[in-house]
Amino acid sequence: MSEKEVDEVSGTQTTGHEWDGIKELDTPMPRWWLGIFWATIVWAIGYWVVYPAWPGINSYTHGMLDHSQRDEVTANVAALKAARSSREAALAKASLADIQKNPDLLQFAMAEGRTAFGDNCAPCHGAGGQGAHGYPNLNDDVWLWGGKLSDIEHTITVGVRSTSPETRESQMPAFGRDGVLKPAQVDDLAEYVVHISGRPADARAVRRVTALFADNCAACHGAEGRGNRTVGAPNLTDNEWEYGSTRDDIRDQIWNGHGGVMPTWGGRLSPEEIKALAIYVHNLGGGE
Amino acid sequence: MTVHTVISPDKRPGMAAEGVVRSDAIATNSAAHRKLFKARVPIFPKEGSGQYRSFKWAMMAITLSIYYLTPWLRWNRGAGAPNQAVLVDLAHERFYFFFIEIWPQEVYYITGLLILSAVALFLVNALFGRLWCGYSCPQTVWTDLFIWVETKIEGDRNARMRLAGAPWTAGKVFKRVSKHGVWLTFAVATGGAWVFYYNDAPTLLHQLFTGTASAGNYFAVAGLTFTTYALGGLMREQVCTYMCPWPRIQAAMTDVEALCVTYRRDRGEPRGAHKKGDSWEGRGSCIDCNQCVAVCPMGIDIRDGAQLECINCGLCIDACDDVMGKIGQPLRLIAYDTEANILRRQQGEAPRYRFVRPRTVLYGAVLAAVSAIMLLTLTFRHTLDLDVMRDRNPDYVRLADGAVRNAYTLKLMNRTGQARTLQLAISGIKARQVRLIGDGEIVSSVPLHVDADKVRTVRILVTVALADLPASHSLIFTLAGDDEKREVETVFVPGEAR
Repeated sequence: MSEKEVDEVSGTQTTGHEWDGIKELDTPMPRWWLGIFWATIVWAIGYWVVYPAWPGINSYTHGMLDHSQRDEVTANVAALKAARSSREAALAKASLADIQKNPDLLQFAMAEGRTAFGDNCAPCHGAGGQGAHGYPNLNDDVWLWGGKLSDIEHTITVGVRSTSPETRESQMPAFGRDGVLKPAQVDDLAEYVVHISGRPADARAVRRVTALFADNCAACHGAEGRGNRTVGAPNLTDNEWEYGSTRDDIRDQIWNGHGGVMPTWGGRLSPEEIKALAIYVHNLGGGE
Repeated sequence: MTVHTVISPDKRPGMAAEGVVRSDAIATNSAAHRKLFKARVPIFPKEGSGQYRSFKWAMMAITLSIYYLTPWLRWNRGAGAPNQAVLVDLAHERFYFFFIEIWPQEVYYITGLLILSAVALFLVNALFGRLWCGYSCPQTVWTDLFIWVETKIEGDRNARMRLAGAPWTAGKVFKRVSKHGVWLTFAVATGGAWVFYYNDAPTLLHQLFTGTASAGNYFAVAGLTFTTYALGGLMREQVCTYMCPWPRIQAAMTDVEALCVTYRRDRGEPRGAHKKGDSWEGRGSCIDCNQCVAVCPMGIDIRDGAQLECINCGLCIDACDDVMGKIGQPLRLIAYDTEANILRRQQGEAPRYRFVRPRTVLYGAVLAAVSAIMLLTLTFRHTLDLDVMRDRNPDYVRLADGAVRNAYTLKLMNRTGQARTLQLAISGIKARQVRLIGDGEIVSSVPLHVDADKVRTVRILVTVALADLPASHSLIFTLAGDDEKREVETVFVPGEAR
């Protein structure tokens, strides 16, 4: 047991401990500090009474206010749904064309569409719907499966090469990989596609494969290579290329026949959400 | 520091001169008594009377009335708009001040107002010293109010000092409880008045008392109740001395020609007790009665000269004049005067008041300029406005035939109380197509309906043909309505050449 003593210089009591001749002053806490300390304790006790605080075996103390953040969220979501319900119902009833004409409904659909797009579509199509290699750009006026509101709505609902029984379906053969065409023919075909897209190309190669194109490609892409929306075959004569525009890109596509998958959103999103999405995508600027 | 000589030892303790009681007040906050860390020594300012005390009462009445009553003033703005004269409508992002309505985009008006206030403070400070601190600062006004309450309940200086040292009898408890109760009532009213500036006052008053106001309002009232009670009742002069930056700034900005509450030491020294019948020859007018210290709410001795703690309220002038009258000496031993004049008188010159000095001219000029700019911009402010934001994701869209499209989001603002139809036109670019989402193609211009006091957001798509791309770098949106027109030039991105 150490002795308490008062330090001569400061007049403050020491803690009574000594380390190598150094003694620690037992300076009292400042009053404001003590005051706040006690106030927090009083506050905590009040908090226990009012708010949920102590865990039990099967439950917990609920507190006088019976406050629960989970209930709060549920209530907020319900309130939000209630606030949206009238417009949501209007959205469900209105045809796509009607929505486009009604400024109030259009604004609501655009807001809902923007959110749904960010949550579901942006990972592949980009935050602004600008697309990426293998994922179509939704801003431009080029549409594989049609750019009317109804086309867009249907594509979102059933998907492309998806698991839906009604899916939009087509498959470009892997002409090279599967040995349908010889490598030299694939090279020449790539040259042909470059040619019909309006760029300078090797005229002899083009002549060599003109018949080959008609036999193998025209069935889907059309005799002039302008594409066919019923099978999602892209137009080869424009400036838009889903899998790249260079000769190498085109050769790679003929060789491997890439075809991406878009999931079916029919079961995952409500018809109203899909409607809103169609409106939103249509209004990105390329809608027909 | 000046060393004052006391010419005659005080033979009759308690009397400074015939009919003048010497106060035993100690200037607790004078430099000599100040320590770096020290618990507050309570100050018991004596209630005075006189010219400056009356002025201070009047200023208290005026400033408190403005504060408490302003939210109750009504101003008719027509249907659908709030009818409160001064209202900060946070929910709808509007600030109403009588005939002025300010939108968040125009927050520079608030900046202008703050600059005006600051420069006005500098100017007044250069001319008359810390008038703000002495008469109009909320801290001064509420402290004064709370001291008045204290005086009414507990009595004047001596009674209060006795009470402070007295044991806790029922009477003392009653007085203390009443005092704090009244303080808290004023504090609640203060916090209550504050929230009225942010809500419709009559509605909110009803809500506050029926328990239906939002939690934020109750928190605001509680917070301001606490700060008013603590700052005005408990902390008082410590706020000015230790918390407020202005005394420090002011000390750096003042000069010897600024009017300040000044002890005219050229006349007062040497000081000392005076016996009736004694000659005033060879001595000063100050009889060292300490009355100036007793009335000081800041706990200082004005005879120590200009000091940071002094708020220039002039209560010591009243106290000293009272004493000078009694002993038959000229008034204004303490007065609003300048340091320069003391030196002039000591050198036998006549005192002069130089209100026109480079700094006052400069402050005045800045004040006039900022006021003029504010007035001009307010007078010629547009009731319509246009913001243009170009899409950056994607930056541009290339169409199948090589044409390029840019998208713009436009915000059309109608600052009037009436719905208006505004004409939007696009020029300065050879566009193949200009399309308004939800409305179709725009040929030359398009009429757009914008609701009263609202912003309408529209999206515009501008497509430029391949051949015209090299010459297309910008375009102009024009929004016109009635006699007003707003033009916004913005960028067109033609994209990379392929």
